[in-house]
Amino acid sequence: MGVLIIAEHNNQTLSASILPVVTAAKQLSNKITVLVAGHDCVAVADAVSRVEGVTQVSLAQAEYFQHHLAEELAPLIIKQVEDDIEYLMAPSSTFGKNLMPRVAALLDVAQISDIINIKSADTFVRTTYAGNVLATIQTQDPIKVITVRASAFEPASHGDKQSKIASITVTPKTGLSTFHAREVTKSKRPDLNTARVVVSGGRGLGNAENFKLIEEIADKLGAAIGASRAAVDGGYISNDHQVGQTGKVVAPELYIAIGISGAIQHLAGMKDSKVIVAINKDPEAPIFESADYGLVADLFDVLPKLCVALGK
Amino acid sequence: MKVLVAVKRTVDANIHVRVKQDGSGVEDANIKMGINPFCEIAIEEALRLKEANMANEVVVVSVGSKVCEDVLRHGLAMGADRGILMETDQPLQPLSIAKVLSSVIHTESPDLVIMGKQSIDGDNNQTGQMLSALLGWPQGTFASKLDLQNNQIFVTREVDDGLETLALSLPAVVTTDLRLNQPRYLSLPNIMNARKKTINVLNVDDLNIDIKSRLRTLEVHEPPKRSGGVKLNSVEELVDKLRNEARVI
Ligand SMILES: Cc1cc2nc3c(=O)[nH]c(=O)nc-3n(C[C@H](O)[C@H](O)[C@H](O)COP(=O)(O)OP(=O)(O)OC[C@H]3O[C@@H](n4cnc5c(N)ncnc54)[C@H](O)[C@@H]3O)c2cc1C
Repeated sequence: MGVLIIAEHNNQTLSASILPVVTAAKQLSNKITVLVAGHDCVAVADAVSRVEGVTQVSLAQAEYFQHHLAEELAPLIIKQVEDDIEYLMAPSSTFGKNLMPRVAALLDVAQISDIINIKSADTFVRTTYAGNVLATIQTQDPIKVITVRASAFEPASHGDKQSKIASITVTPKTGLSTFHAREVTKSKRPDLNTARVVVSGGRGLGNAENFKLIEEIADKLGAAIGASRAAVDGGYISNDHQVGQTGKVVAPELYIAIGISGAIQHLAGMKDSKVIVAINKDPEAPIFESADYGLVADLFDVLPKLCVALGK
Repeated sequence: MKVLVAVKRTVDANIHVRVKQDGSGVEDANIKMGINPFCEIAIEEALRLKEANMANEVVVVSVGSKVCEDVLRHGLAMGADRGILMETDQPLQPLSIAKVLSSVIHTESPDLVIMGKQSIDGDNNQTGQMLSALLGWPQGTFASKLDLQNNQIFVTREVDDGLETLALSLPAVVTTDLRLNQPRYLSLPNIMNARKKTINVLNVDDLNIDIKSRLRTLEVHEPPKRSGGVKLNSVEELVDKLRNEARVI
Protein backbone atom coordinates (compact mmCIF):
# COMPACT_ATOMS: atom_id res chain seq x y z
CA MET A 1 0.00 0.00 0.00
CA GLY A 2 1.53 3.27 -1.11
CA VAL A 3 1.79 6.84 0.00
CA LEU A 4 1.23 9.88 -2.19
CA ILE A 5 2.89 13.02 -0.86
CA ILE A 6 1.94 16.42 -2.20
CA ALA A 7 5.06 18.56 -2.64
CA GLU A 8 5.12 22.19 -1.59
CA HIS A 9 7.21 24.43 -3.83
CA ASN A 10 7.29 27.74 -5.68
CA ASN A 11 7.82 26.18 -9.15
CA GLN A 12 11.57 26.71 -8.87
CA THR A 13 12.58 25.34 -5.51
CA LEU A 14 11.26 22.55 -3.38
CA SER A 15 10.20 23.56 0.11
CA ALA A 16 12.10 21.79 2.88
CA SER A 17 8.71 21.08 4.47
CA ILE A 18 8.46 17.90 2.44
CA LEU A 19 11.50 16.28 4.06
CA PRO A 20 9.91 15.41 7.44
CA VAL A 21 6.82 14.20 5.58
CA VAL A 22 8.94 11.68 3.69
CA THR A 23 10.36 10.46 7.00
CA ALA A 24 6.85 9.99 8.37
CA ALA A 25 5.74 8.27 5.16
CA LYS A 26 8.63 5.78 5.42
CA GLN A 27 7.09 4.51 8.65
CA LEU A 28 3.93 3.63 6.72
CA SER A 29 5.11 2.25 3.41
CA ASN A 30 8.14 1.69 1.23
CA LYS A 31 6.29 2.86 -1.86
CA ILE A 32 6.39 6.65 -1.76
CA THR A 33 5.24 8.71 -4.72
CA VAL A 34 5.53 12.48 -4.64
CA LEU A 35 3.19 14.62 -6.70
CA VAL A 36 4.75 17.81 -8.03
CA ALA A 37 1.97 19.95 -9.45
CA GLY A 38 2.81 23.37 -10.77
CA HIS A 39 3.85 25.35 -13.81
CA ASP A 40 7.30 25.01 -15.39
CA CYS A 41 8.46 23.06 -12.38
CA VAL A 42 10.68 20.32 -13.78
CA ALA A 43 13.51 21.50 -11.53
CA VAL A 44 11.34 20.80 -8.51
CA ALA A 45 10.55 17.28 -9.72
CA ASP A 46 14.25 16.74 -10.20
CA ALA A 47 15.00 17.85 -6.63
CA VAL A 48 12.23 15.63 -5.24
CA SER A 49 13.52 12.61 -7.14
CA ARG A 50 16.77 12.86 -5.17
CA VAL A 51 15.17 12.81 -1.74
CA GLU A 52 16.07 9.62 0.11
CA GLY A 53 13.03 7.34 0.38
CA VAL A 54 11.07 8.74 -2.55
CA THR A 55 10.39 5.92 -5.03
CA GLN A 56 8.60 7.82 -7.77
CA VAL A 57 7.74 11.36 -8.81
CA SER A 58 4.56 12.33 -10.65
CA LEU A 59 4.82 15.62 -12.47
CA ALA A 60 1.68 17.56 -13.41
CA GLN A 61 2.23 20.84 -15.19
CA ALA A 62 -0.34 23.41 -16.20
CA GLU A 63 -0.50 27.17 -16.09
CA TYR A 64 -3.45 26.96 -13.67
CA PHE A 65 -1.39 24.92 -11.18
CA GLN A 66 1.15 27.73 -10.85
CA HIS A 67 -0.28 29.18 -7.63
CA HIS A 68 -1.26 25.85 -6.08
CA LEU A 69 -4.89 26.82 -5.64
CA ALA A 70 -6.73 24.15 -3.67
CA GLU A 71 -9.65 24.29 -6.10
CA GLU A 72 -7.34 23.24 -8.97
CA LEU A 73 -5.13 20.77 -7.10
CA ALA A 74 -7.80 18.81 -5.23
CA PRO A 75 -9.39 17.21 -8.34
CA LEU A 76 -5.93 16.32 -9.65
CA ILE A 77 -4.97 14.67 -6.38
CA ILE A 78 -8.11 12.57 -6.05
CA LYS A 79 -7.56 11.30 -9.58
CA GLN A 80 -4.22 9.85 -8.45
CA VAL A 81 -5.84 7.72 -5.80
CA GLU A 82 -5.87 4.20 -7.19
CA ASP A 83 -6.26 0.93 -5.38
CA ASP A 84 -2.78 0.89 -4.03
CA ILE A 85 -2.66 4.40 -2.56
CA GLU A 86 -3.66 4.27 1.07
CA TYR A 87 -2.17 7.52 2.36
CA LEU A 88 -2.25 11.08 1.08
CA MET A 89 0.21 13.23 2.98
CA ALA A 90 1.37 16.85 3.05
CA PRO A 91 3.14 19.13 5.50
CA SER A 92 0.87 20.97 7.94
CA SER A 93 2.03 24.28 6.54
CA THR A 94 -0.54 26.79 5.31
CA PHE A 95 -0.21 25.00 1.95
CA GLY A 96 -1.17 21.60 3.39
CA LYS A 97 -3.79 22.96 5.77
CA ASN A 98 -5.52 24.75 2.94
CA LEU A 99 -5.46 21.84 0.53
CA MET A 100 -5.83 18.52 2.34
CA PRO A 101 -9.26 18.97 3.97
CA ARG A 102 -10.64 19.80 0.53
CA VAL A 103 -9.12 16.59 -0.82
CA ALA A 104 -10.47 14.53 2.08
CA ALA A 105 -14.01 15.86 1.71
CA LEU A 106 -14.03 15.05 -2.01
CA LEU A 107 -13.04 11.49 -1.10
CA ASP A 108 -15.61 11.40 1.71
CA VAL A 109 -12.98 10.57 4.31
CA ALA A 110 -11.83 12.30 7.48
CA GLN A 111 -8.64 14.31 7.55
CA ILE A 112 -6.06 13.93 10.28
CA SER A 113 -4.30 17.20 10.97
CA ASP A 114 -0.80 17.93 12.13
CA ILE A 115 0.30 14.50 13.36
CA ILE A 116 3.32 14.31 15.65
CA ASN A 117 3.68 10.55 15.93
CA ILE A 118 2.69 7.37 14.11
CA LYS A 119 1.56 4.46 16.31
CA SER A 120 0.53 2.01 13.60
CA ALA A 121 -0.88 1.88 10.08
CA ASP A 122 -4.13 3.52 11.20
CA THR A 123 -3.28 5.19 14.51
CA PHE A 124 -1.69 8.60 14.96
CA VAL A 125 -0.96 11.11 17.70
CA ARG A 126 -1.85 14.78 17.36
CA THR A 127 -2.11 17.78 19.62
CA THR A 128 -5.39 19.44 20.60
CA TYR A 129 -6.38 22.27 22.96
CA ALA A 130 -3.35 24.44 22.16
CA GLY A 131 -0.97 21.56 22.76
CA ASN A 132 -2.32 20.82 26.23
CA VAL A 133 -3.82 17.48 25.22
CA LEU A 134 -2.22 14.80 23.07
CA ALA A 135 -4.82 12.61 21.42
CA THR A 136 -4.25 9.15 19.97
CA ILE A 137 -6.57 8.82 16.98
CA GLN A 138 -7.53 5.72 15.04
CA THR A 139 -9.08 6.05 11.62
CA GLN A 140 -11.52 3.67 9.98
CA ASP A 141 -11.26 5.25 6.55
CA PRO A 142 -9.73 3.26 3.66
CA ILE A 143 -7.78 6.33 2.54
CA LYS A 144 -5.98 8.35 5.16
CA VAL A 145 -5.49 12.03 4.42
CA ILE A 146 -2.84 13.35 6.76
CA THR A 147 -0.89 16.53 7.41
CA VAL A 148 2.41 16.19 9.23
CA ARG A 149 3.96 18.55 11.76
CA ALA A 150 7.41 19.21 10.37
CA SER A 151 9.14 19.75 13.70
CA ALA A 152 8.05 16.31 14.95
CA PHE A 153 9.91 14.24 12.34
CA GLU A 154 13.54 14.32 11.27
CA PRO A 155 14.03 15.65 7.74
CA ALA A 156 14.82 13.01 5.11
CA SER A 157 18.16 13.57 3.43
CA HIS A 158 18.98 14.30 -0.16
CA GLY A 159 20.58 11.26 -1.77
CA ASP A 160 22.35 10.90 -5.08
CA LYS A 161 20.13 8.17 -6.42
CA GLN A 162 17.38 9.49 -8.62
CA SER A 163 13.90 8.00 -8.74
CA LYS A 164 11.76 7.90 -11.85
CA ILE A 165 9.85 11.03 -12.89
CA ALA A 166 6.61 10.41 -14.78
CA SER A 167 4.54 13.16 -16.36
CA ILE A 168 0.86 12.65 -15.64
CA THR A 169 -2.32 13.79 -17.34
CA VAL A 170 -3.71 16.95 -15.82
CA THR A 171 -7.31 17.55 -14.79
CA PRO A 172 -9.22 20.44 -16.40
CA LYS A 173 -9.21 23.94 -14.96
CA THR A 174 -12.04 24.75 -12.53
CA GLY A 175 -11.51 28.52 -12.54
CA LEU A 176 -13.30 28.85 -9.18
CA SER A 177 -10.63 31.13 -7.78
CA THR A 178 -7.85 33.19 -9.28
CA PHE A 179 -4.54 34.30 -7.93
CA HIS A 180 -4.33 38.04 -7.53
CA ALA A 181 -1.22 39.03 -5.57
CA ARG A 182 1.47 37.78 -3.26
CA GLU A 183 3.49 39.72 -0.74
CA VAL A 184 6.42 37.56 0.21
CA THR A 185 8.38 38.55 3.29
CA LYS A 186 11.96 38.56 2.10
CA SER A 187 14.69 37.79 4.56
CA LYS A 188 18.25 36.59 4.48
CA ARG A 189 17.75 34.96 7.86
CA PRO A 190 17.16 31.23 8.21
CA ASP A 191 13.65 29.88 7.77
CA LEU A 192 11.66 30.00 11.00
CA ASN A 193 10.44 26.42 10.59
CA THR A 194 13.86 24.86 10.30
CA ALA A 195 16.18 27.31 12.09
CA ARG A 196 18.53 25.98 14.76
CA VAL A 197 18.04 29.12 16.83
CA VAL A 198 14.93 31.31 17.08
CA VAL A 199 14.83 34.71 18.78
CA SER A 200 11.25 35.84 19.46
CA GLY A 201 9.85 39.15 20.62
CA GLY A 202 6.52 40.04 22.20
CA ARG A 203 4.47 42.97 23.34
CA GLY A 204 7.26 43.94 25.71
CA LEU A 205 9.13 45.42 22.76
CA GLY A 206 6.45 48.09 22.50
CA ASN A 207 6.74 49.02 18.83
CA ALA A 208 8.24 48.15 15.45
CA GLU A 209 11.24 50.41 15.98
CA ASN A 210 12.22 48.64 19.19
CA PHE A 211 11.67 45.26 17.56
CA LYS A 212 14.95 45.92 15.70
CA LEU A 213 16.65 44.96 18.97
CA ILE A 214 15.37 41.42 18.35
CA GLU A 215 16.75 41.50 14.83
CA GLU A 216 20.19 42.50 16.08
CA ILE A 217 20.33 39.60 18.52
CA ALA A 218 19.05 37.22 15.86
CA ASP A 219 21.76 38.31 13.46
CA LYS A 220 24.47 37.78 16.08
CA LEU A 221 23.24 34.22 16.48
CA GLY A 222 22.39 33.49 12.84
CA ALA A 223 18.86 32.92 14.09
CA ALA A 224 15.36 33.18 12.67
CA ILE A 225 12.93 35.69 14.11
CA GLY A 226 9.72 34.71 15.84
CA ALA A 227 6.99 36.75 17.46
CA SER A 228 3.98 36.47 19.70
CA ARG A 229 0.53 37.26 18.44
CA ALA A 230 0.61 40.56 20.32
CA ALA A 231 3.76 41.61 18.45
CA VAL A 232 2.19 40.74 15.09
CA ASP A 233 -1.15 42.36 15.95
CA GLY A 234 0.76 45.46 17.00
CA GLY A 235 2.45 45.63 13.61
CA TYR A 236 5.98 45.17 15.02
CA ILE A 237 6.60 42.41 12.48
CA SER A 238 4.72 40.56 9.72
CA ASN A 239 2.25 37.71 10.31
CA ASP A 240 4.52 34.97 9.01
CA HIS A 241 6.63 35.28 12.17
CA GLN A 242 3.86 34.34 14.58
CA VAL A 243 4.68 31.32 16.69
CA GLY A 244 1.90 29.46 18.45
CA GLN A 245 -1.31 27.48 18.39
CA THR A 246 -2.53 29.34 15.37
CA GLY A 247 0.81 30.34 13.88
CA LYS A 248 3.94 28.30 13.29
CA VAL A 249 5.06 25.44 15.50
CA VAL A 250 8.81 25.34 15.93
CA ALA A 251 11.24 23.19 17.88
CA PRO A 252 14.71 24.69 17.50
CA GLU A 253 17.73 23.84 19.61
CA LEU A 254 17.51 27.26 21.21
CA TYR A 255 14.43 29.48 21.59
CA ILE A 256 14.84 32.90 23.19
CA ALA A 257 11.57 34.55 24.24
CA ILE A 258 11.95 38.25 24.93
CA GLY A 259 9.12 40.35 26.36
CA ILE A 260 6.71 37.44 25.90
CA SER A 261 4.46 36.43 28.81
CA GLY A 262 4.04 32.77 27.86
CA ALA A 263 0.31 32.39 27.14
CA ILE A 264 -0.71 28.79 26.39
CA GLN A 265 -1.34 29.76 22.78
CA HIS A 266 2.27 30.89 22.44
CA LEU A 267 3.70 27.91 24.34
CA ALA A 268 1.86 25.61 21.93
CA GLY A 269 4.22 26.77 19.21
CA MET A 270 7.57 26.50 20.97
CA LYS A 271 7.50 24.32 24.06
CA ASP A 272 9.20 21.43 22.32
CA SER A 273 12.31 23.52 21.74
CA LYS A 274 15.41 21.91 23.21
CA VAL A 275 16.59 24.89 25.27
CA ILE A 276 14.32 27.80 26.14
CA VAL A 277 15.53 31.17 27.41
CA ALA A 278 13.11 33.80 28.74
CA ILE A 279 13.87 37.46 29.27
CA ASN A 280 11.03 39.24 31.04
CA LYS A 281 10.83 41.93 33.68
CA ASP A 282 7.96 40.25 35.49
CA PRO A 283 9.30 37.42 37.71
CA GLU A 284 5.79 35.91 37.76
CA ALA A 285 5.47 35.65 33.96
CA PRO A 286 4.34 32.09 33.07
CA ILE A 287 7.07 31.81 30.45
CA PHE A 288 9.59 31.19 33.24
CA GLU A 289 7.84 27.90 34.09
CA SER A 290 8.86 26.57 30.69
CA ALA A 291 12.28 28.21 30.44
CA ASP A 292 15.55 26.46 31.13
CA TYR A 293 17.27 29.79 31.70
CA GLY A 294 15.45 32.87 32.88
CA LEU A 295 16.57 36.44 33.18
CA VAL A 296 14.29 38.73 35.17
CA ALA A 297 15.23 42.07 33.71
CA ASP A 298 14.17 45.00 31.60
CA LEU A 299 14.82 44.00 28.01
CA PHE A 300 15.86 47.53 27.06
CA ASP A 301 18.60 47.28 29.61
CA VAL A 302 19.68 43.74 28.77
CA LEU A 303 19.49 43.45 25.00
CA PRO A 304 22.29 45.95 24.21
CA LYS A 305 24.49 44.11 26.72
CA LEU A 306 23.54 40.76 25.22
CA CYS A 307 24.46 42.05 21.80
CA VAL A 308 27.90 43.01 23.06
CA ALA A 309 28.40 39.75 24.93
CA LEU A 310 27.48 37.69 21.87
CA GLY A 311 29.77 39.72 19.69
CA LYS A 312 32.79 38.46 21.53
CA MET B 1 -26.50 39.57 -0.27
CA LYS B 2 -26.99 37.00 2.43
CA VAL B 3 -24.11 35.96 4.65
CA LEU B 4 -24.16 32.77 6.65
CA VAL B 5 -21.76 32.40 9.57
CA ALA B 6 -21.05 29.01 11.13
CA VAL B 7 -20.19 29.15 14.83
CA LYS B 8 -18.92 26.61 17.33
CA ARG B 9 -19.16 26.40 21.08
CA THR B 10 -15.77 25.65 22.63
CA VAL B 11 -13.95 25.86 25.90
CA ASP B 12 -12.96 29.43 26.81
CA ALA B 13 -9.55 30.40 25.38
CA ASN B 14 -8.16 31.29 28.80
CA ILE B 15 -8.76 27.89 30.29
CA HIS B 16 -5.99 25.39 30.67
CA VAL B 17 -7.83 22.14 30.12
CA ARG B 18 -6.95 18.97 32.03
CA VAL B 19 -7.19 15.39 30.96
CA LYS B 20 -9.50 13.04 32.89
CA GLN B 21 -7.80 10.55 35.17
CA ASP B 22 -8.71 7.58 32.96
CA GLY B 23 -7.45 9.26 29.76
CA SER B 24 -10.87 9.00 28.12
CA GLY B 25 -11.21 12.70 27.40
CA VAL B 26 -10.79 16.17 28.88
CA GLU B 27 -12.38 17.43 32.10
CA ASP B 28 -15.45 19.18 30.82
CA ALA B 29 -17.53 19.49 33.94
CA ASN B 30 -18.10 23.09 35.03
CA ILE B 31 -15.57 24.65 32.73
CA LYS B 32 -16.23 27.96 31.10
CA MET B 33 -17.50 27.59 27.54
CA GLY B 34 -18.14 30.19 24.92
CA ILE B 35 -17.94 31.07 21.28
CA ASN B 36 -14.80 29.96 19.47
CA PRO B 37 -12.69 33.14 19.03
CA PHE B 38 -12.27 32.65 15.28
CA CYS B 39 -16.07 32.30 14.89
CA GLU B 40 -16.56 35.57 16.72
CA ILE B 41 -14.25 37.21 14.18
CA ALA B 42 -16.37 35.64 11.42
CA ILE B 43 -19.58 37.15 12.82
CA GLU B 44 -17.91 40.54 13.19
CA GLU B 45 -16.84 40.50 9.55
CA ALA B 46 -20.32 39.60 8.36
CA LEU B 47 -21.80 42.42 10.43
CA ARG B 48 -19.34 44.89 8.96
CA LEU B 49 -20.44 43.87 5.47
CA LYS B 50 -24.03 44.48 6.50
CA GLU B 51 -23.20 47.83 8.06
CA ALA B 52 -21.43 48.82 4.84
CA ASN B 53 -24.64 47.97 2.97
CA MET B 54 -22.97 45.10 1.18
CA ALA B 55 -25.07 42.45 2.85
CA ASN B 56 -28.66 42.55 3.97
CA GLU B 57 -28.93 39.52 6.18
CA VAL B 58 -26.57 37.73 8.55
CA VAL B 59 -27.59 34.25 9.67
CA VAL B 60 -25.65 32.37 12.36
CA VAL B 61 -25.68 28.56 12.39
CA SER B 62 -24.34 26.11 14.91
CA VAL B 63 -24.27 22.32 14.82
CA GLY B 64 -24.43 20.52 18.15
CA SER B 65 -26.51 19.95 21.23
CA LYS B 66 -29.11 22.26 22.76
CA VAL B 67 -26.48 24.14 24.76
CA CYS B 68 -25.05 25.60 21.54
CA GLU B 69 -27.96 28.03 21.63
CA ASP B 70 -25.85 30.23 23.87
CA VAL B 71 -23.26 30.89 21.14
CA LEU B 72 -26.05 31.62 18.67
CA ARG B 73 -27.46 34.13 21.18
CA HIS B 74 -23.99 35.63 21.39
CA GLY B 75 -24.02 36.11 17.62
CA LEU B 76 -27.51 37.59 17.74
CA ALA B 77 -26.41 39.98 20.48
CA MET B 78 -23.51 41.07 18.30
CA GLY B 79 -26.08 41.93 15.64
CA ALA B 80 -26.84 38.86 13.53
CA ASP B 81 -30.43 38.70 12.29
CA ARG B 82 -31.41 35.15 13.13
CA GLY B 83 -30.02 31.82 14.18
CA ILE B 84 -30.29 28.18 13.19
CA LEU B 85 -29.40 25.33 15.51
CA MET B 86 -28.79 22.02 13.81
CA GLU B 87 -29.36 19.93 16.85
CA THR B 88 -27.71 16.61 17.60
CA ASP B 89 -26.17 15.04 20.67
CA GLN B 90 -23.80 12.90 18.65
CA PRO B 91 -20.07 13.60 18.76
CA LEU B 92 -19.15 15.53 15.63
CA GLN B 93 -16.06 15.66 13.47
CA PRO B 94 -15.23 18.28 10.84
CA LEU B 95 -16.49 16.21 7.91
CA SER B 96 -19.86 15.63 9.61
CA ILE B 97 -20.19 19.30 10.50
CA ALA B 98 -19.37 20.24 6.91
CA LYS B 99 -22.08 17.86 5.67
CA VAL B 100 -24.70 19.30 8.00
CA LEU B 101 -23.71 22.86 7.07
CA SER B 102 -23.90 22.04 3.39
CA SER B 103 -27.48 20.87 3.85
CA VAL B 104 -28.32 24.16 5.61
CA ILE B 105 -26.73 26.02 2.73
CA HIS B 106 -28.82 24.18 0.20
CA THR B 107 -31.96 25.54 1.85
CA GLU B 108 -30.63 28.97 2.85
CA SER B 109 -28.69 29.73 -0.37
CA PRO B 110 -26.32 32.33 1.07
CA ASP B 111 -23.94 34.24 -1.21
CA LEU B 112 -21.09 34.04 1.24
CA VAL B 113 -20.20 31.74 4.14
CA ILE B 114 -17.74 32.99 6.75
CA MET B 115 -16.38 30.73 9.48
CA GLY B 116 -13.37 30.40 11.78
CA LYS B 117 -10.18 28.84 10.41
CA GLN B 118 -9.96 26.49 13.36
CA SER B 119 -11.60 25.80 16.68
CA ILE B 120 -9.41 26.09 19.73
CA ASP B 121 -10.43 22.69 21.11
CA GLY B 122 -9.84 20.28 18.22
CA ASP B 123 -7.33 22.53 16.43
CA ASN B 124 -8.19 20.73 13.19
CA ASN B 125 -8.46 23.61 10.71
CA GLN B 126 -10.63 21.62 8.29
CA THR B 127 -14.34 22.42 8.30
CA GLY B 128 -14.37 25.45 5.97
CA GLN B 129 -12.23 23.72 3.35
CA MET B 130 -14.42 20.60 3.56
CA LEU B 131 -17.60 22.61 3.26
CA SER B 132 -16.41 24.42 0.15
CA ALA B 133 -15.36 21.08 -1.37
CA LEU B 134 -18.79 19.56 -0.73
CA LEU B 135 -20.49 22.59 -2.26
CA GLY B 136 -18.06 22.86 -5.18
CA TRP B 137 -17.38 26.47 -4.15
CA PRO B 138 -14.10 28.39 -3.99
CA GLN B 139 -12.38 28.79 -0.64
CA GLY B 140 -10.47 31.67 0.90
CA THR B 141 -8.79 30.38 4.04
CA PHE B 142 -6.93 32.20 6.86
CA ALA B 143 -8.29 35.57 5.77
CA SER B 144 -6.87 38.79 7.18
CA LYS B 145 -8.70 41.09 4.77
CA LEU B 146 -11.86 40.88 2.64
CA ASP B 147 -12.79 43.16 -0.21
CA LEU B 148 -16.12 42.60 -1.88
CA GLN B 149 -16.47 43.90 -5.42
CA ASN B 150 -19.41 43.11 -7.69
CA ASN B 151 -19.73 39.37 -7.80
CA GLN B 152 -16.22 38.69 -6.55
CA ILE B 153 -14.50 38.69 -3.22
CA PHE B 154 -10.82 39.44 -2.82
CA VAL B 155 -9.43 37.52 0.12
CA THR B 156 -6.03 38.33 1.57
CA ARG B 157 -4.69 35.22 3.27
CA GLU B 158 -2.04 34.79 5.95
CA VAL B 159 0.34 32.21 4.51
CA ASP B 160 3.68 30.87 5.70
CA ASP B 161 5.78 33.26 3.68
CA GLY B 162 3.64 36.37 3.94
CA LEU B 163 0.32 37.33 2.41
CA GLU B 164 -1.53 36.08 -0.64
CA THR B 165 -4.60 37.61 -2.25
CA LEU B 166 -7.07 35.51 -4.22
CA ALA B 167 -10.15 36.55 -6.13
CA LEU B 168 -13.08 34.19 -5.55
CA SER B 169 -16.28 34.06 -7.51
CA LEU B 170 -19.39 34.03 -5.34
CA PRO B 171 -20.79 32.05 -3.66
CA ALA B 172 -17.68 31.21 -1.65
CA VAL B 173 -16.47 30.05 1.74
CA VAL B 174 -14.06 32.24 3.71
CA THR B 175 -12.28 31.24 6.92
CA THR B 176 -10.99 33.87 9.31
CA ASP B 177 -7.57 34.48 10.80
CA LEU B 178 -6.90 36.53 13.91
CA ARG B 179 -6.10 39.80 12.21
CA LEU B 180 -9.26 40.10 10.11
CA ASN B 181 -10.88 42.33 12.72
CA GLN B 182 -11.37 42.99 16.42
CA PRO B 183 -14.86 41.73 17.40
CA ARG B 184 -17.16 44.20 19.16
CA TYR B 185 -18.18 43.92 22.77
CA LEU B 186 -21.73 42.97 23.63
CA SER B 187 -23.82 45.75 25.11
CA LEU B 188 -26.57 45.02 27.60
CA PRO B 189 -29.37 46.42 25.39
CA ASN B 190 -28.14 44.24 22.52
CA ILE B 191 -28.06 41.18 24.76
CA MET B 192 -31.66 41.90 25.77
CA ASN B 193 -32.64 42.55 22.18
CA ALA B 194 -31.11 39.25 21.06
CA ARG B 195 -33.57 37.36 23.26
CA LYS B 196 -36.34 38.42 20.92
CA LYS B 197 -34.61 37.19 17.79
CA THR B 198 -35.51 33.82 16.30
CA ILE B 199 -33.49 30.64 16.53
CA ASN B 200 -34.86 27.83 14.38
CA VAL B 201 -34.06 24.41 15.73
CA LEU B 202 -33.81 21.49 13.32
CA ASN B 203 -33.02 17.95 14.25
CA VAL B 204 -29.98 16.60 12.41
CA ASP B 205 -31.20 13.02 12.81
CA ASP B 206 -34.19 13.85 10.58
CA LEU B 207 -31.94 14.83 7.71
CA ASN B 208 -30.57 11.50 6.62
CA ILE B 209 -26.95 12.69 6.61
CA ASP B 210 -24.14 10.27 7.41
CA ILE B 211 -22.45 11.88 10.41
CA LYS B 212 -20.92 8.72 11.83
CA SER B 213 -17.43 9.37 13.21
CA ARG B 214 -14.62 8.02 11.08
CA LEU B 215 -12.01 8.71 13.71
CA ARG B 216 -11.90 7.17 17.14
CA THR B 217 -9.97 8.75 19.97
CA LEU B 218 -8.28 5.84 21.70
CA GLU B 219 -6.89 7.88 24.57
CA VAL B 220 -5.73 11.35 25.51
CA HIS B 221 -2.92 12.43 27.78
CA GLU B 222 -1.07 15.57 28.78
CA PRO B 223 2.33 16.21 27.25
CA PRO B 224 5.32 15.89 29.55
CA LYS B 225 5.75 19.05 31.60
CA ARG B 226 8.90 21.08 31.16
CA SER B 227 10.57 21.55 34.46
CA GLY B 228 11.22 25.22 35.10
CA GLY B 229 14.92 25.91 35.01
CA VAL B 230 17.14 28.41 36.75
CA LYS B 231 16.95 32.16 37.03
CA LEU B 232 20.22 33.83 36.21
CA ASN B 233 21.59 37.13 37.41
CA SER B 234 23.30 38.65 34.45
CA VAL B 235 23.76 38.64 30.71
CA GLU B 236 27.29 37.31 31.16
CA GLU B 237 25.99 34.36 33.13
CA LEU B 238 23.36 33.66 30.47
CA VAL B 239 25.89 33.70 27.63
CA ASP B 240 28.23 31.50 29.65
CA LYS B 241 25.47 28.93 30.32
CA LEU B 242 24.42 28.85 26.68
CA ARG B 243 28.00 28.42 25.53
CA ASN B 244 29.40 26.07 28.10
CA GLU B 245 26.49 24.24 29.72
CA ALA B 246 23.76 23.92 27.09
CA ARG B 247 26.29 24.29 24.25
CA VAL B 248 23.72 25.77 21.90
CA ILE B 249 25.61 28.86 20.77
C1 LIG C 1 -7.78 32.11 19.43
C2 LIG C 1 -6.46 32.61 19.89
C3 LIG C 1 -5.32 32.21 19.22
C4 LIG C 1 -4.08 32.69 19.62
N1 LIG C 1 -2.96 32.27 18.95
C5 LIG C 1 -1.75 32.72 19.35
C6 LIG C 1 -0.55 32.29 18.71
O1 LIG C 1 -0.57 31.50 17.77
N2 LIG C 1 0.64 32.79 19.16
C7 LIG C 1 0.71 33.67 20.21
O2 LIG C 1 1.83 34.10 20.57
N3 LIG C 1 -0.40 34.08 20.83
C8 LIG C 1 -1.63 33.64 20.42
N4 LIG C 1 -2.74 34.11 21.05
C9 LIG C 1 -2.61 35.22 22.01
C10 LIG C 1 -2.17 34.81 23.40
O3 LIG C 1 -3.27 34.43 24.16
C11 LIG C 1 -1.48 36.02 24.09
O4 LIG C 1 -2.38 37.09 24.12
C12 LIG C 1 -0.20 36.48 23.40
O5 LIG C 1 0.66 35.37 23.20
C13 LIG C 1 0.48 37.51 24.25
O6 LIG C 1 1.63 38.02 23.61
P1 LIG C 1 2.83 38.62 24.47
O7 LIG C 1 3.34 37.57 25.39
O8 LIG C 1 3.76 39.25 23.53
O9 LIG C 1 2.10 39.80 25.25
P2 LIG C 1 1.76 39.96 26.80
O10 LIG C 1 1.00 38.79 27.29
O11 LIG C 1 1.18 41.29 26.96
O12 LIG C 1 3.16 39.88 27.49
C14 LIG C 1 4.15 40.86 27.36
C15 LIG C 1 5.25 40.49 28.32
O13 LIG C 1 6.32 41.37 28.16
C16 LIG C 1 6.86 41.68 29.43
N5 LIG C 1 7.52 42.98 29.34
C17 LIG C 1 6.94 44.20 29.12
N6 LIG C 1 7.87 45.16 29.05
C18 LIG C 1 9.06 44.57 29.27
C19 LIG C 1 10.40 45.04 29.35
N7 LIG C 1 10.68 46.34 29.18
N8 LIG C 1 11.37 44.15 29.59
C20 LIG C 1 11.09 42.84 29.75
N9 LIG C 1 9.85 42.34 29.69
C21 LIG C 1 8.84 43.19 29.45
C22 LIG C 1 5.68 41.69 30.38
O14 LIG C 1 6.11 41.41 31.71
C23 LIG C 1 4.82 40.55 29.79
O15 LIG C 1 5.10 39.32 30.41
C24 LIG C 1 -3.99 33.60 20.70
C25 LIG C 1 -5.14 33.97 21.39
C26 LIG C 1 -6.37 33.49 20.99
C27 LIG C 1 -7.59 33.90 21.76
